Amino acid sequence: MVLLSVEDLHVTFSHRGRRELRAVDGVSFQVEPGATVGLVGESGCGKSVTSLAIMGLLPPRGAHVKGAVRFDGEDLLQLPPAQLRALRGRELAMVFQDPQTSLNPVLTIGRQVTEVLERHRGLRGDEAKREAAALLDRVGIPDAGRRLKDYPHQLSGGMRQRVMIAIALACKPRLLIADEPTTALDVTIQAQILELLKELVADTGTALVMITHDLGVVAGLCDEVHVMYSGRIVESADRRGLFGAPRHPYTTGLLASVPRLDSPRGVPLRPIPGSPRDTLAWAEGCAFAPRCTRRVEACTTTAPDLVVDAVTRHPVRCYNPWPPGGEPVATSERKKRLT
Amino acid sequence: MSIAESEARLLSTEHTGDIAGSRMREAFRQLRRNPVAILGAALITLFVVVAVFAPWLAPHSPTAGDLSQITLSHVPGPSAEHPLGLDTQGRDELSRIIYGARASLLIGVVSLSLGALVGMLIGALAGGLGGWVDSLLMRLMDIMLAVPGLLFAIAVAAVLQPSLRSVMIAIAVVNVPVFARLLRASMIGQRHSDYVLAARSIGVRRWRIIVGHVLPNSLAPVIVQGTLSLATAIIDAAGLAFLGLGSADPSVPEWGRMLADTQQYLQSAPQLALFPGLAIVVSVLGFNLLGDALREALDPKLRR
Repeated sequence: MVLLSVEDLHVTFSHRGRRELRAVDGVSFQVEPGATVGLVGESGCGKSVTSLAIMGLLPPRGAHVKGAVRFDGEDLLQLPPAQLRALRGRELAMVFQDPQTSLNPVLTIGRQVTEVLERHRGLRGDEAKREAAALLDRVGIPDAGRRLKDYPHQLSGGMRQRVMIAIALACKPRLLIADEPTTALDVTIQAQILELLKELVADTGTALVMITHDLGVVAGLCDEVHVMYSGRIVESADRRGLFGAPRHPYTTGLLASVPRLDSPRGVPLRPIPGSPRDTLAWAEGCAFAPRCTRRVEACTTTAPDLVVDAVTRHPVRCYNPWPPGGEPVATSERKKRLT
Repeated sequence: MSIAESEARLLSTEHTGDIAGSRMREAFRQLRRNPVAILGAALITLFVVVAVFAPWLAPHSPTAGDLSQITLSHVPGPSAEHPLGLDTQGRDELSRIIYGARASLLIGVVSLSLGALVGMLIGALAGGLGGWVDSLLMRLMDIMLAVPGLLFAIAVAAVLQPSLRSVMIAIAVVNVPVFARLLRASMIGQRHSDYVLAARSIGVRRWRIIVGHVLPNSLAPVIVQGTLSLATAIIDAAGLAFLGLGSADPSVPEWGRMLADTQQYLQSAPQLALFPGLAIVVSVLGFNLLGDALREALDPKLRR
């Protein structure tokens, strides 16, 4: 049984007089109930737009969404707005990147937590307040009852993100989308928040779609990972497959650019050359080709398809992927240099 | 303030920079330390106290006059009995100024509340709903703004029966587009903020987002404008009264009409033009000072 099935999702932004922009270009993936799925990629690869499209939060004007987002078999893209609103917060919820701006500065924490309880669980007055306090307590906010009267600015960044998580999980949704939930936080707090998310989704059986550029987050959390580049999925694998046998040069590039505690000292990190702006349109070839170290001639003529690799059994969109278990994570090169 | 202290303060304002809840509190704290704000508040307090307690403060009746001392070429000046002298009808000038504060305050507060209320309603509709509603309402407001304020008020007051109520309506109408545009702009600035997206992501309904989330975050400029507009409303009220568009009853003391009444006596009794003028200036100054200080306190960009 599949909880969420994103099928051939396209999102195009157009603005009068400007070239239209394909932010998401045929993305398909599935999420099983209770599973944790990662969407990984650099800024601008379309991962946030994908999540907003799933939630139906893209602006109605300017953004054109095609494809299907089936939640429990029902296509969310075809639902009338009122029905979708009734689902949001109850069945699907989202945690955003920056808790500083995602909480309303002029409303108390309590008011913002009770709002979702009133909307979807019909709780009122003291009952709602009691439940709100219980929720805050659940996400590890000390002295939750008194915190209800606080305003967002009286809380630290980590506490604010805990409040956001409490709001998102208030109705025990079946799907939670977390869009870089730790990016705006302190490194030490990041780990706590991830741990909390992991624990809560495990407890409530909520499926989690984790949007991140941080492979460390993926390693600690996700059952399955989709690596996105320029609006398309370029490699999909389970966690073990991704870290053990990454095939796509972009995936290995991401892995090589992450600092590791166990890497030898003095060896510089290898960033992926160029920036996500140096892309080819998928119509003209592989979008990653201009930055790719394993580019072959075919890469700049036609775009490769997402093909299931014969050896590793996971889909890769590349003409010349790294051999499985071959060179990838830069460790072998580092070892070579050291010896 | 030591360097460390000011640095800490900088850091703390940076940290909570965009947060309106703390912004209000911080603004209030700043106001209390700003001598300009204190002076403004003091003048406003004086004005309000005089208006409210006029019957107890005024030494004489503002309407009963003694014409026996008045000739075309002579109006008695200040004396012990009448500290500001008599007006052209032989009434005590000080008492009329004190009672005149009532008309000014009443017109200012009522017309401003009315204008701000209607204007904010229009602004909230335009800013909250957007689309053709926004375009239609804003073009209407543009048309109203195209006519200079006082001229517009004169036109409105002239159409209605001359009375205090007409003055209030006229000034309210002039204020409507000002508040409508201001609130709309402020709300549009908030509409795409993250907390709106977050509220949408938990399924909050649209009107609820507009009223419960966007509106409270958009009020700061409206509060400032309210203070400043009160000053303008008092001037407009005086202007209308000066032009004879004020209360239908000539015995009701109004600062603007008092100025107008002294025109023929400007040579013999210049003090009669001076005192009502001063009263207008002082009350308007109070609101302007407080308004400016408030704007400074609420706008992080103007902070030193």
